Amino acid sequence: MKILSLIKLSLRALLRNKLRAFLTMLGIIIGVAAVITMMSIGKGSQQSIENSLSNMGSNLITIVPYNNVPGGVRVQGSSVQSLTIEDVSALERQSTHLSAISPIAQSNGQVIKGSLNWPTSIQGVAPEVLEIKKLSLKDGIMFGEDEVRSSAKVCLLGQTVIDNVFEPGENPIGQTIRFNKIPFLVVGVLSPKGQNTFGQDQDDIVIAPYTTVQNRITANRYFQSIVASANNEAESNPASDEILEILRQSHRLRRNQDNDFSVRTQAELINTLNSTSGMLTTLLTVIAGISLLIGGIGIMNIMYVSVTERTKEIGLRMSIGARGIDILMQFLIEAVMISVVGGIIGVVVGVSATMIVAHTLGWPTLISQASILISFFVCALTGVFFGYYPAQKAAMLDPIEALRYE
Amino acid sequence: MSKKILELKDLKREFIVGSETVRALRGVSFDVEEGEFLTIMGSSGSGKTTLLNILGCLDKPSGGNYILDGTDVKNLDRDELARFRNHKIGFIFQSYNLLSRTSALENVELPLLYNPAVSSSERRERAMHALDSVKLAERYDHMPNQLSGGQQQRVAIARALVNEPVMILADEATGNLDTRTSYEIMSLMQDLNIKQKKTIVFVTHEPDIATFSSRTVTLRDGMVIKDIKNENVKNAAEALASVSKTEDDKS
Repeated sequence: MKILSLIKLSLRALLRNKLRAFLTMLGIIIGVAAVITMMSIGKGSQQSIENSLSNMGSNLITIVPYNNVPGGVRVQGSSVQSLTIEDVSALERQSTHLSAISPIAQSNGQVIKGSLNWPTSIQGVAPEVLEIKKLSLKDGIMFGEDEVRSSAKVCLLGQTVIDNVFEPGENPIGQTIRFNKIPFLVVGVLSPKGQNTFGQDQDDIVIAPYTTVQNRITANRYFQSIVASANNEAESNPASDEILEILRQSHRLRRNQDNDFSVRTQAELINTLNSTSGMLTTLLTVIAGISLLIGGIGIMNIMYVSVTERTKEIGLRMSIGARGIDILMQFLIEAVMISVVGGIIGVVVGVSATMIVAHTLGWPTLISQASILISFFVCALTGVFFGYYPAQKAAMLDPIEALRYE
Repeated sequence: MSKKILELKDLKREFIVGSETVRALRGVSFDVEEGEFLTIMGSSGSGKTTLLNILGCLDKPSGGNYILDGTDVKNLDRDELARFRNHKIGFIFQSYNLLSRTSALENVELPLLYNPAVSSSERRERAMHALDSVKLAERYDHMPNQLSGGQQQRVAIARALVNEPVMILADEATGNLDTRTSYEIMSLMQDLNIKQKKTIVFVTHEPDIATFSSRTVTLRDGMVIKDIKNENVKNAAEALASVSKTEDDKS
């Protein structure tokens, strides 16, 4: 029997029991829609994490102090003081894999301008920080080595700070603000970067020369962190090893002493976050896959009913010349048809659901072609797998018995 | 001498039911020549149904030989048997066995669906022709539930004819019909037999029906007890006319 006739035949059999066919499909529809939606949401959030992290520079390396006093009271990394300007110069002198280095001295405080004020933090940095953190200027200029050397009271402001302490339309360049009572001349404005993946506002920032922050605000010689750029992303790991080496030397750590700092590369961070969100995606997909399995069992069930119901028809078909394979194909194609049509509807529902989620909840989503193709093939496979046994049962019927079946 | 369509040589069929062996056929032998109209008679339990299943290639004998159109059925596997049924045999059943919610035309097309040599346009044409030959040209698109019993059986006959089989095998084909409609069907069968030279094997337990055939084989307890040529074949068309007349007289 020709495949086209078989398909026509199965279609007609399904149309004869529209409601039943639809209810059977429902399991598959829900399964496929769930798989696609879950994968799209998972992939979307993964993508957005990746994007925002590489926005910060995928070759970014961060060095922070690390408390390791054995048995002692462990305190937060940022309050440990182990990074100094000597470390920065050591890195500048000895490193081969780093293209730029900047210390960061940070302090919280209040920005005041006229009658307006805003709580934020000031970051004391070297001019290289722009390159390292992929920051750019919207207006004005960046301070240079001279300002660093002379601890000049100059600063650059992020958009959030400007919005809060300046009148709308006012040009901040050339004006003076005060941070913790110390006047700063605004020389530049940073381009807005928006929120990062963790919901942190990257524009709520004031940057000034690190010497100024150290000498006039924090009044100590320690840095909260050191940031650096590897020559490129591939050199992140050797660079990190190199930093470890140089800083241990500069801190005069003995062989058996643990590091009093830690080095994190952006690539590592991306991997960690990716594996977390990847795990979540897998979990969700597995759960959705289970519903597809249940849909498959539904198909098997209904195909059994159908075979029993149509035993006499099977007997007749056999008596007029249908071979076992013809009967097998007839029922198999019927099962595959249910699952494939269900799959197509499921894809449509899944894609629409994803779009609705993206639109109403504003979640990042990414509909990958792979997820559609995979769930579609899994679907067809489900039909074959769960349709085969009932179809096989039909094909093995004895025509004499089947003809006599009432 | 005309060609032998069927050759049965010492045909045996045994079933094992539990620990007992039931011998349904105990050595049946007869030949059927091309163009014969044979009825097989016998009370229930005589082995009629078993013989019919074997003749229809639905079952295989456990002993002896059954040669249909020159081929010994014993050597065929399941798929070859199916193909054989498709090409050589036209079945007519007591309960018509039409597919419900399927038009008369599509019911008739059914056997050709399993014959890959026939294209879909040829299929349609041959099905129409078969329906025309049973005088149902007006009923192509009717569903079985829109047809009378006699009409349904005629659709079934058209379905049996469509593959141009060497033999038409009827199982109590008039069993569900009243006398008048039975005569109609028998008249159609006689037409097929005489005008189209179709070989017909007709299983029945009604002696009345057997009088329309050219030969009657009677079975009892799995053996042939009588095999007689019918010298005086009754004409079903005439019988039909007389039935109609009696009915007209009554009314």
